Amino acid sequence: MEINSDKESIYSSAELDCDEGLIIEEVKASSRKSIPDPDAWLDEDLKRNIILTSVDWVINWARRSSLWTAVCYPACCGMEWMASLSPRFDLSRFGMEIMRASPRQADLMITAGTLTWKMAPNVRRIYNQMPEPKWVIAMGACGISGGIFRSSYNVVPGYNKIIPVDVYVPGCPPRPEALIYGIQMLQKKINKEKVLPDLSELPNTLQKGKKE
Amino acid sequence: MTTTRELVLNTEPFLLNIGPVHPSTHGVYRMRATLDGEVVIDIEPVFGYLHRGIEKLMEERSYTGCIPLTDRLDYVSSMTNNLGYCMAVEKLAGIKVPEHAEYIRVIAAELQRIANHCLAIGAMLNDAGALGTPFFYLWREREKIYDLLEMLCGQRLMHNYMRIGGVSQDMPEEFLPALKKLIIQWQRFIEEFDFFLKQNEILIARAKGVGVLSRELAINCGISGPVARASGIKRDLRKDDSYLIYDRFKFDIPTGENGDCYDRYRVRIEEMRQSLRILEQARKQVPEVPAKAELPHLVHPPAGEAYAHIEAPKGELGFYIVSDDSIAPYRCHVRPTSLINLTALREMVRGWKVADLIIIFGSIDITMGEVDR
Amino acid sequence: MTAALSAEEIISQLNDKFPGAVEEAGADSVLVKSDSLLAAAEYLKTAKGLKFDYLNYITAVDYYQYFEVVYMLTSLENNHSITLKVRCYTRDNPTVPSIRGLWQGADFQEREVYDLMGITFEGHPNLKRIFLWDGFPGHPLRKDWNQ
Repeated sequence: MEINSDKESIYSSAELDCDEGLIIEEVKASSRKSIPDPDAWLDEDLKRNIILTSVDWVINWARRSSLWTAVCYPACCGMEWMASLSPRFDLSRFGMEIMRASPRQADLMITAGTLTWKMAPNVRRIYNQMPEPKWVIAMGACGISGGIFRSSYNVVPGYNKIIPVDVYVPGCPPRPEALIYGIQMLQKKINKEKVLPDLSELPNTLQKGKKE
Repeated sequence: MTTTRELVLNTEPFLLNIGPVHPSTHGVYRMRATLDGEVVIDIEPVFGYLHRGIEKLMEERSYTGCIPLTDRLDYVSSMTNNLGYCMAVEKLAGIKVPEHAEYIRVIAAELQRIANHCLAIGAMLNDAGALGTPFFYLWREREKIYDLLEMLCGQRLMHNYMRIGGVSQDMPEEFLPALKKLIIQWQRFIEEFDFFLKQNEILIARAKGVGVLSRELAINCGISGPVARASGIKRDLRKDDSYLIYDRFKFDIPTGENGDCYDRYRVRIEEMRQSLRILEQARKQVPEVPAKAELPHLVHPPAGEAYAHIEAPKGELGFYIVSDDSIAPYRCHVRPTSLINLTALREMVRGWKVADLIIIFGSIDITMGEVDR
Repeated sequence: MTAALSAEEIISQLNDKFPGAVEEAGADSVLVKSDSLLAAAEYLKTAKGLKFDYLNYITAVDYYQYFEVVYMLTSLENNHSITLKVRCYTRDNPTVPSIRGLWQGADFQEREVYDLMGITFEGHPNLKRIFLWDGFPGHPLRKDWNQ
């Protein structure tokens, strides 16, 4: 095939590298502490004795039965993730056979692999691009705490430094059965969510929205 | 036509970022592609998204403790990484491996080769557009190999099975009959799979003549493995620099002529057939003697250096180890097969469209764990 | 069998062609001076009987007093291999000539050595960091690097 070779690239890759390096340093500096797991609401709801309405129940059922995952499989756990999609450990029976490349159409991120500081801004960006409601499963030892590579210079010690994590699945790599157990735990968590707002709380909810 | 187009349209190239998160990039590989419309002018690869510093971590662990780290290099075929590393340390320390262990190593390595090619072909066909069907068809067979490897060492992936001086435990009694059954099943499966895809017109249209890698460029870049063999370089370390007991087995080295994606696909299918041949011969010849040399727990090789390379499923995987007479390696360098195989990618994709770029990249078969280490 | 070509034959040929280039010779490795690396490498690639057209790997080792860059070359038609070594004795900005012009496979590997060890390769068309990002402090694989 013939190509027009006098058309040069109009972007300078040195500038791009410099900008990206600055972003990575910024993310690294701002991620020293873990982000707390988003389960504080579980205890609160139990204290207030919230009873889920049937509408809540239906919405929760719909959400947990068709979790669509965003693509994020940097490393070896990706192999077990693909194995759980395979015919033997069929994830399709949970409604999860869709693996969306676009995070805009996903509601679950299964982080299957080691996170490095170079990759961290990209994962945060993908997480931000996912619309609410969204959940994260940290898969594997590297996802929980950095795993076998924890003391390395380029490895983030756990995904919860960058994004809030709902369920942690240990293993190196976790067997597909373990991952399915983790997904079922997440489904139980989703089942407890109160989706419809309490109307008497509405002024407070609106105030909260203004502050954020 | 071209002249009229240039008068009417004022085009300029633009930069498209492909990756690092993309379903077809076999891991976190990023390319800054400069495109003129749909045609690729240039790509600039960006690595490092999975750089875990394995070489630095190896300097802090004992020789045996480095074996789990080597598993995570080419995580698709982890046994072969273990094997390469153990061979390098054995060369350094002058350790002789018992014959029974060598047979088990050969069987494990060939099983791993078949498993790796399953994934490679499945992923390439996935990239070509056959979303899911051949991939999961092959994965079903890969699961059968996982069962066998689980019988050997208890793990489906990240086996950590090879040890310096042999293997960590002997194979159980049910292993060889299960292997025999698998070989028969696999021979039927390959014939069926090849029959479906050999003359498939979509595959031929998408892969034949696409992404040609010339023999001279392949040699100059240091390409190895099925990619090199598809370009006509008849080099296979199992024959040219024979290690373990491969000189006892009869097998052929498949090569291609054109160096296009279709040839790489065919070379991998043929290699699977040859691996089955080796497995059948090894199964019959396994002797009944101990599986591991008697070695102290902490291996302490003398000061020096050694390089050992093996024919991993992706190419030549080598380990260069420098020892300073302590219990941890002074320096351990991994010859990154996939990184070196990617050197020629720029030349291979110039002038092709974005969709061809994806299938060419898929046909090289890389694993980012090995590229980035 | 790829026989590692004995260093004596290489040394005698190199010494005839480039007197004073070879510093030391191990069992199957040759240590050359860094300013005669390019000439020696080109000779090894093109000379009849040697024809080392395949570059296996490039790596570097930090021995505190010096850095040693190790190259392994193989000849496909003669089926033998040799290891070539070069040393740099400075710790600030060590420099070695780049062999990317002879073997394209040196492209990414020299960038990796630059990134992780800090050794600059003169003549490399695109010497920049490959695994770590622009702005990463230091070169991690050096023995005196601290997090």
